[in-house]
Amino acid sequence: MADVAIERKDSAPPRAARKRASLRTALKRKSTAAFLMTLPLILLISLLVIYPAFYSLHLATLNKSMQRFVGLGNFQFLFTRETFWLVVQQSCIFAITAVIFKALIGFVVAHFVHNIPAKGQRKWRGMLLVPWVIPPAMSTLAWLWLFDPSYSAFNYLLAGIGVDRIPWTGETGWARFSVILVNIWVGAPFFMIMYLASLKSVPDQLYEAAAIDGANWWQRIWYVTLPMMRNIIAITTLFSLIVTFANFDIVRILTAGGPLDRTHIFATWAFRIGIEGGDIPLGASVSLFMIPILAIAAVFILRDINKRGNEA
Amino acid sequence: MTSTAVIDKAAPTRAVKLRSMSRDRTWALRWSYFFLTLFAIFALIPPLYMLITSLKTSAEISAATNPWWVYHPTLSNYVELLTSNQFLTFFRNSALVSIFVVTITMLISVPAAFALARMRFWGSATLATGVFLTYLIPETLLFLPLFKMFVVFGELTGIQLINKWYVLLIVYPTLTVPFCTWIMIGYFASIPKELDEAAIIDGATWFQTLTRIFIPVALPGLIAATIFAFTVSWAQFLYPLVFTTSTEQLVLPVGIITTLIKGDVFAWGQIMTGALLGAAPPLIIYAFLMDYYIAGLTAGATKG
Repeated sequence: MADVAIERKDSAPPRAARKRASLRTALKRKSTAAFLMTLPLILLISLLVIYPAFYSLHLATLNKSMQRFVGLGNFQFLFTRETFWLVVQQSCIFAITAVIFKALIGFVVAHFVHNIPAKGQRKWRGMLLVPWVIPPAMSTLAWLWLFDPSYSAFNYLLAGIGVDRIPWTGETGWARFSVILVNIWVGAPFFMIMYLASLKSVPDQLYEAAAIDGANWWQRIWYVTLPMMRNIIAITTLFSLIVTFANFDIVRILTAGGPLDRTHIFATWAFRIGIEGGDIPLGASVSLFMIPILAIAAVFILRDINKRGNEA
Repeated sequence: MTSTAVIDKAAPTRAVKLRSMSRDRTWALRWSYFFLTLFAIFALIPPLYMLITSLKTSAEISAATNPWWVYHPTLSNYVELLTSNQFLTFFRNSALVSIFVVTITMLISVPAAFALARMRFWGSATLATGVFLTYLIPETLLFLPLFKMFVVFGELTGIQLINKWYVLLIVYPTLTVPFCTWIMIGYFASIPKELDEAAIIDGATWFQTLTRIFIPVALPGLIAATIFAFTVSWAQFLYPLVFTTSTEQLVLPVGIITTLIKGDVFAWGQIMTGALLGAAPPLIIYAFLMDYYIAGLTAGATKG
């Protein structure tokens, strides 16, 4: 990178000689060209991401009609509401459970795919990644239909083995289970693909050395696979934590927060209050509660990515 | 790859160990296939059930027969949807939005990635990190302020953006550009510097270096980024739900959910047909370009 820059500067005519051409040379200069090339990106990010992020901080301090400054009034109001604490609790249950199971299932399935002969891997990988490819809004509709209170296809199968019909989306416990299940279904293939890619990058010699030392399968995973995959596992998990925490589609379509607001998470509740209820400032205050988790995860991801950059 | 090494090291103990090891292998393989089949069934049940239901009449859906079997297959749901103007409007809106968003995304992110990967300038490292951080900000954090911003913008300038499909052309790039820029930086940075140095010595401008060398060499990355941008804009649900309401402005996912679900009456045959047709374009792309799709996925850790 730097070499090119130096050569270009050397070959440019002496500065004192021609002042007229300074504008033209400025346009030709590398930093100017680079700045112009990144300008659309900078504008997009600052106008449509950074500005709205700060604007929502401002909105959160206004009253419902957005004419009066109420300071932290919205937050004080939220803290007194029982639903808010339910949403906090459910968001944490939802995100943590879903991410743990996505990671576990992804890890296990990646090993199975890695185990079988290389010829057949493509086919299996192709099938297992389908949930990730279908737009979540569309596949959640299929789940909604599978969970239908009167025609549930799962209940039909369960009736075959003598199990009572299950109120998949009608009862608090089952509804929570259902939204998490669908989230796992959508997200596990992503973990599987990431883990598979990193499994393939573990050198075979390490396993051979472990086998010669008499390691059993558990020791091979614990002392060889996991340390080699540590970085990918950390980054994938943190990423998934962010998007699961901020999830909207699945909960919105499957339960719309019901029964009795028991499955609302931050995003769906903010939508309910801000768009459907018309109280934009209160909705903005709700969605701001996602920031702490996001910030913590982002710090760790950045640290890991920098570390990965240094190792390479 | 390392098969020779394996044979070498296994050689001394071959007579004793080979049989039990190969038996272990066989069993491990059987178990792998067994569990993979289970997981594949789990993964494919919803799309298969969409297909099953879409081939049924309403009468058969509400009958108390086996829901997992089609007794009287019919294409009437498909005919009905594909001849309904409303559904075709949704499809057209989705296609227009996705194609425009992909174009806008590529026009913004490719030059930016080139500049950030190759032309070091004041603040470029910070900007690259910033792009990555932007990618971590979820849309669920921004929809309320963006909604209010567009309302205020409409009041100030008289240009109404809310409830027009093209408002999505403004907001979708916030989801696609950061990620595409990020993975393109990676692809561009992996191109040997000798290539662009040679071009510059031959008198190429920066623009020529980009179009004649970087874009052709990083074409796989470009395809992966394009697929990503298309899939994201095709699947986006929250923004169209917030920003568009009248039926002729809706895109496919929101259209299916708001118009086919009428009150408590669910036309399940049609909903599943619509969902399957809505899932078809990404699935078809995936079927043909799976390797690019996976390359994009693993390149920068996508949302999951």
